[in-house]
Amino acid sequence: MGHVRHLYVHLPFCAHRCGYCDFVTVVGRRGQHASYVDALLAELDLEGSVLAEDVETVFLGGGTPTFTHPPELARLLEALPAAREVTVEANPETVTPELAALLQANGVTRVSLGAQSFQPHLLEVLERRASPEAVRRSVRALRGAGFDNVSLDLLYGIPGQGTADLDADLAQALALEPEHLSCYELEAMPGTRFTHAHGDELERQAEAMEGYFEKVVDTVVGSGYRWYETANFCLDGARAAVRDLRAHHNLGYWQGRDYLGVGVGAVSTVAGERRRNLPSISRYAAALADGHLPPREIERIDHATRDRELLLLGLRLDEPVVIADVGDALDLDALDRLVASGLVERSTNGRGEEMRLTRRGRFLGGGVTAELLAR
Amino acid sequence: MQQDRIRNFAIIAHIDHGKSTLADRILELTGAVSERDMREQLLDTMDLERERGITIKAQAVRVSWRGHQLNLIDTPGHVDFTYEVSRSLQACEGALLVVDAAQGIEAQTLANAYLAIDGGLEIVPAANKIDLPQADPDGAAKELGDLLGELPDRVLRISAKTGVGVPEVLDAIVERIPAPAGDPDAPARALVFDSSYDQYRGVVAFVRVVDGAFSTREPLRAMAQGTEFDAEELGAMSPARTPVDSLSAGEVGYVITGLKDVSRLRVGDTLTSRRRPAAGPLPGYQDVKPMVFAGIFPTDSDAYTELRDALERLKLNDGSLSYEPETSQALGFGFRCGFLGLLHMEIVRERLEREFDLDLLITAPTVAYRATTRTGEEVEVHNPAEMPRELEQVEEPYVKASVIVPKDYVGSVMELANERRGSFDHMEYLSEGRVLLVYELPLGEIVIDFYDQLKSRTRGYASFDYDVAGFRPGELSRVDILVGGEQVDALSLIIHRDAAYERGRQLVERLREEIPRQMIDVPIQAAIGSRVIARETVKARRKDVLAKCYGGDISRKRKLLEKQKKGKKRMKQVGGVEVPQEAFLAVLNLDSERKRS
Repeated sequence: MGHVRHLYVHLPFCAHRCGYCDFVTVVGRRGQHASYVDALLAELDLEGSVLAEDVETVFLGGGTPTFTHPPELARLLEALPAAREVTVEANPETVTPELAALLQANGVTRVSLGAQSFQPHLLEVLERRASPEAVRRSVRALRGAGFDNVSLDLLYGIPGQGTADLDADLAQALALEPEHLSCYELEAMPGTRFTHAHGDELERQAEAMEGYFEKVVDTVVGSGYRWYETANFCLDGARAAVRDLRAHHNLGYWQGRDYLGVGVGAVSTVAGERRRNLPSISRYAAALADGHLPPREIERIDHATRDRELLLLGLRLDEPVVIADVGDALDLDALDRLVASGLVERSTNGRGEEMRLTRRGRFLGGGVTAELLAR
Repeated sequence: MQQDRIRNFAIIAHIDHGKSTLADRILELTGAVSERDMREQLLDTMDLERERGITIKAQAVRVSWRGHQLNLIDTPGHVDFTYEVSRSLQACEGALLVVDAAQGIEAQTLANAYLAIDGGLEIVPAANKIDLPQADPDGAAKELGDLLGELPDRVLRISAKTGVGVPEVLDAIVERIPAPAGDPDAPARALVFDSSYDQYRGVVAFVRVVDGAFSTREPLRAMAQGTEFDAEELGAMSPARTPVDSLSAGEVGYVITGLKDVSRLRVGDTLTSRRRPAAGPLPGYQDVKPMVFAGIFPTDSDAYTELRDALERLKLNDGSLSYEPETSQALGFGFRCGFLGLLHMEIVRERLEREFDLDLLITAPTVAYRATTRTGEEVEVHNPAEMPRELEQVEEPYVKASVIVPKDYVGSVMELANERRGSFDHMEYLSEGRVLLVYELPLGEIVIDFYDQLKSRTRGYASFDYDVAGFRPGELSRVDILVGGEQVDALSLIIHRDAAYERGRQLVERLREEIPRQMIDVPIQAAIGSRVIARETVKARRKDVLAKCYGGDISRKRKLLEKQKKGKKRMKQVGGVEVPQEAFLAVLNLDSERKRS
């Protein structure tokens, strides 16, 4: 038995590839779902020995995991190790009462819904197929099946999104009372179809949209959520009813823990090694059908690199980073400067000296972190 | 050579009016250089000189013409080198005044012609380029005649390019220019009118023997500076170095001194023999002081040592260049350099960049100020950042500037001169269409883009020359630029009180555009003492985050942040603010941009 407590499973299938997406996805290919699940299970068989007996979290990401042919999805879920938190990513249009029941019956504890926006004209820009009503319907379906941990993904900074649109999106998302919210600024990745189509517009809007992040945080936190990671919020305090509703799988990444990832394009970090399966689905499936590990690239994560990652990941959280834990990765002069400019705060407790970003520091987390990283 | 068969002369001409071509023709015609060996403009040895068509370092060439020894003493062709010109002229009894028959007299020609006339030289006027279709030899002859008070038919009509009239020029030199005076039996005295540096033999002095005679291996002394050395070799340039046993009264030649430093033998000094020293030096020696100063910094701080070595090498050849180490918190380690003028600065910069392959950042040029502090202490200030803040008085250098323009542009020139705090001295018509305007102006107003403005406002017709006229008190302020509350030393400037606000505003505006937004608000201020006269703020960024970061892309995010960190390293830190080097460059180039627009 190994030590890894976090398992990621990649399901690349989608009904449609959205223009802004830069994940490993393939459209349609119903006929390949069974063989792909076979391959996933084969990989898990080959790699499973690194997993601990008590796996804490399992995360099915995509793609659109819920687009996977339901019997194949059920077969996969059944074969996965049981865990305290089992999350499945879903697109609203795929979540029917039947699917919700299937997930619930197969040990899924948490569903992360890609709502993105509630404004039809913005959904169109994003090439999302679900209507605002579909989002509400899918939440009702999940609640009906008994899910008490639902997360919504929202995007902001969409081309053409005015502040009134943002207000409406936030209000409509919060009205659904999700346990968890992920709010991402749309990143126009160079080379995507989306950037090609909307890059100029985004550039024009950049200044107007500068305040969106702050608005998102203010609104969501004002509704009783905890801003526990740069882009993530969970119900807190009385509304959480003593549950810790943070996404524990993702928390594993941010706390620098090891994780195993299976599937095409999936990444693992195990014992100082980061392995990235290559993105070709046919080569992935072919290798595993022959009983081999899939083609992958391997990156050594030495102690210094690990410390740097602990620093850059840890600063995304609302909990402090223990300075001694990040070793030489921290530029102490920069720390002094940033404390002086009110972007970082330092404190001491039983674990020794700690630091965390202030509210303003978190809005500037990228620049602050870059500055804190020692050469 | 018998003294009465010697003729020493210079050629005075404006840039491009044909001085070097005429010199080439003379060398050819007198057989000093065969046509085959003829390189265009042989006298100008440096690449840069050939390219710019100007003579930076004077040289002297000996040729023979009909039983006479003619020494052609070439003069530097620019206002920055007026002192060198005056020394060269002092070595002569006459001067060829060459004017482009299509252009007429230019300010610089005029200035040097007056220098020659004042020095008692016999002027031989020539209208050149008569082969050009647009040439107006009669008009040029009339202008020259008026200037010299001579009949226009005494003005030679020549084409240095085709050779027409050049033999007549040589005849006129022999006939009209007097033989050198001077006492061949008196204790030896020679005027140093130029020097150069030979990396094997040290300083080579170019001299005009006035009295007595010098012989090889004679122990010598430079009377003004007191430098002593032996004459390792005497000779004449014909045009290659040709050793001779002695140089006697009236002759022009060179002395190889073996000195390892040009600054030990200055132009204008008098050589005498230590065996039988002269009673006193020849008149007119001046220790030439640099008038224009600028900081020179390598863009790559690793190139500091290379820059230092390059300046050392340049200084060997150029005694009027001065430099001392300067440290700027914004620009790093460099040198504060003193120049004779703007062209001199340009030449030094180009030589550093071209011959030594250096990438340089040059601060805005400033002049030498004389400051008196409240405690009565007097200091000469070459760097605005060193100007004391508690001032009783500041004096700035003034020049007498001559501008020659077609009469239609008189208004434009007057307007410019008024904007630059000029005071009108006088105006005269050189001919029906051309006017000479004389103004007194602060040199500090000239070093920044005056010449370019003059050219652009007169469509290139104006010619310009100036002479330093002394120091006068001025209503000057030191303006400091502060970024994030910290003074940026390289951007301080000294400016007339009336212009301080406008200039301060331009600078802070420009900096605001150039400084990228930071994590905190960055105030940019221009201040006189503790009084802020202009202020802008670079507003803090409101967000700077990588939105998502999950298992798959930790490596990528790490690399992104590391790249961001690296970008920061290339910036200069001023007052806790990251300022890209380009920002300084943009501000320092404010003027050159203004003149382009």
